[in-house]
Amino acid sequence: MTATLTVEGLKVAIGDANVLRGISLDVEPGEVRGLVGESGAGKSMLGRAVLGLLPANATITSGHIAFEGRDLLAMRETERRSLLGRRIALIPQDPMTSLNPVKRVGAQIGSLLRHHLGLSTPAALLRATELLTEVAIREPERVLSLYPHEISGGMRQRVLIAMAFACDPSLVIADEPTTALDVTVQRQVLQLVERLRRSHGSAVLFITHDLGVVAKICRSVSVLHAGRVLEEGETADVLMRPRHAYTRALLAATPRADRPAETLRPVPPALIEQLWSEARRLDRPGTAGPA
Amino acid sequence: MVDIAVTSVATPPSRMIAGLKRGGARLWIGAALVALLVLTALLAPMMALHDPLEQDLLSAQLPPIWMQGGDPAYILGTDSLGRCVLSRLIYSARTAVMVALIAASLAALIGIALGLFAGSFGGWVDQLTSRLIDVWMAFPPVLLSIVLAAVIGAGLTSVIVAIVVIDWTRFARVVRAETMVQLTRDYASAARAIGLSRAKVLWLEILPNLVPLLVTLLAVEMGIAILVEVILSFVGISVAGDTPTWGSMIAEGRQIVYQAPWIMALPIGCIIASVIGLNLLGDGLRLALDPVQRS
Repeated sequence: MTATLTVEGLKVAIGDANVLRGISLDVEPGEVRGLVGESGAGKSMLGRAVLGLLPANATITSGHIAFEGRDLLAMRETERRSLLGRRIALIPQDPMTSLNPVKRVGAQIGSLLRHHLGLSTPAALLRATELLTEVAIREPERVLSLYPHEISGGMRQRVLIAMAFACDPSLVIADEPTTALDVTVQRQVLQLVERLRRSHGSAVLFITHDLGVVAKICRSVSVLHAGRVLEEGETADVLMRPRHAYTRALLAATPRADRPAETLRPVPPALIEQLWSEARRLDRPGTAGPA
Repeated sequence: MVDIAVTSVATPPSRMIAGLKRGGARLWIGAALVALLVLTALLAPMMALHDPLEQDLLSAQLPPIWMQGGDPAYILGTDSLGRCVLSRLIYSARTAVMVALIAASLAALIGIALGLFAGSFGGWVDQLTSRLIDVWMAFPPVLLSIVLAAVIGAGLTSVIVAIVVIDWTRFARVVRAETMVQLTRDYASAARAIGLSRAKVLWLEILPNLVPLLVTLLAVEMGIAILVEVILSFVGISVAGDTPTWGSMIAEGRQIVYQAPWIMALPIGCIIASVIGLNLLGDGLRLALDPVQRS
C-alpha cells in the first residue's frame, strides 16, 4: 500500500542556515502522525514544504516529498495546486488571522467549493451549511452570512476545520491548530478533528509542541529537533519508553496534574547545547549526516 | 462521540447602519458636497438660467444680487463680457466631474494593476516597477502636462492623459506596499494552501482587503484631478477656449480682481468645496466600508 505522504531526506536551507537537515517520514493512509518539537525545530517548516508554501528565501537543497506516490516537488505547479485544498488540506495555526477579514464566512467556504468541486454558488452555500453543521455550529445559515470578526476564535477554527475536510482530503496537515485557543476549546477542537478524520478517512499530520495532545490523538509520533528526526514510533512506545535523551527531557518538562510542580524539569541546557553542536557538525561539508 | 458544543453568536446590528454610523459627519458632509457637484454637472442645462456663453456687454461686471447694484437676472453677477457667472460656474462643473471621474479611474486602474503585480512578484519585477515609479514621481507633473499638451495638443483628452500618466504612481506605490503586507498575512497563505493561483489570490483575497484604502485614494485623486485641470485651464492648455471651466474663470477674473473680486472668488470657492467634499467622502467611506470595527 502506498503511503499517503513520504518525505525522504528532506533538506531545506534559508540562506546559510539549514532548517531541515535530512528529514524522512512516512504517513500511512488514515494514520494520525504527531510531529513534536520545540520552537525552531522545523516542524512547521516541514508542513509548509509539503504544501509548497515555503518562504521565498527558503530552498529545498535535497530530498523528496511524495504524496500517494506522486513526487510533489517535481510535478507541475497547476497539478500541485489542484491537489492543495482538495487532496491535501491545511488546518492553520491561528484561526484569528487565517480567514480573510473582509469576506463573509459563506463566501470563503463557497469559493473553496466552487474552485475544487465546481459547485454552483447556491449548491456551494447548501454544502457549506452542511459542513458547518458537521462541525457543530448552530444556526449555520446565519454564521455563513457573518464576517470572521463577528464570530469567536473557537468558531473560526471550526470553520477552518470544516474547510479543511470539505473535499474529503486524504491528508490533512494540522499546524498547531489548538495553540491559539484556550484549553476548554482545545479539547473540543481535538475531538472534532478526530471525528472528522474518521468520517472522511483522512490521514493527519499533527504538528504540535504539546505532548498531551499527541498522547490523546496520535497513533505515532516523530520527535524533531534542529531539523532532524531524533526519534519516532508508536505514540505509546515513544512516550512510555523514550529512547532518546531529548525525548525523555521533553517529557520531564511537561507539566502533569498527577505530579507535584517541583518535579518539573526543564530541558537541561547542556543537552540542548550538545544537540545543536551535533547539528552544526552535520552541516559541515564532508561529514555525512544520517539520512 | 459527544463533542457537540452549543455555539451561538449574538445578532450584530444591521451592518449598513453600523457602517454609516462609523462614517460619521464627514461621510454625510462629503456625500452632500459630492452629490451637489455631480447633480450640478448632470443637470447643468436645467439649472443654468442663462447660456454660459451668452454675452451681454451692456450688463458687464454686475455684482451678485446681495451687493449694491446687483441685477436679479444675474444672481451671482456677470463677468467682464457680461456672461452669467452662476451659469458659467454650473457648466464648469461638467468639465471638473468628467476629468475627476475618467482621469482618476484610469490612473487607479493602471496603478492598482502594476502595484499588485510588483507587490506579489517581488524580486526584479518589483525593483523595475519601483524604480520606474521613483523616476516618474521625480518629474514635475505640471511641466509634464505642458509638454504633453504641446505634443498631443491642448484639450480635455490631453488633460486626462497627463493626469493618468503622472498619477498612476500614487496608486501603484500604495497598492504595492499594501499587497506585500497583506501577502504575509495568514489568510493569504491559507488561500494559497487551498490551491488558489497567484492571480486568484490577488483578485479574490487581497484586492477586497484593499478596498477601503483604494476608496480613500480614489477620492483624493479625484480632488487632485480637479485641481490639475484647474491649473491647466488657468494657463490655457485645457479644454477649447469658450467652454467654461473654473480655471479659465479664475484666469479671466484675475485681470479685474480689484473691480470685481467675486468673479475670481466664486470659482475658487467651488473648487475648495469640491475637493474638500471628495476628501471627506473618501475618509468617511473608508471608515464605513471597513467591516472590522476599530474602537
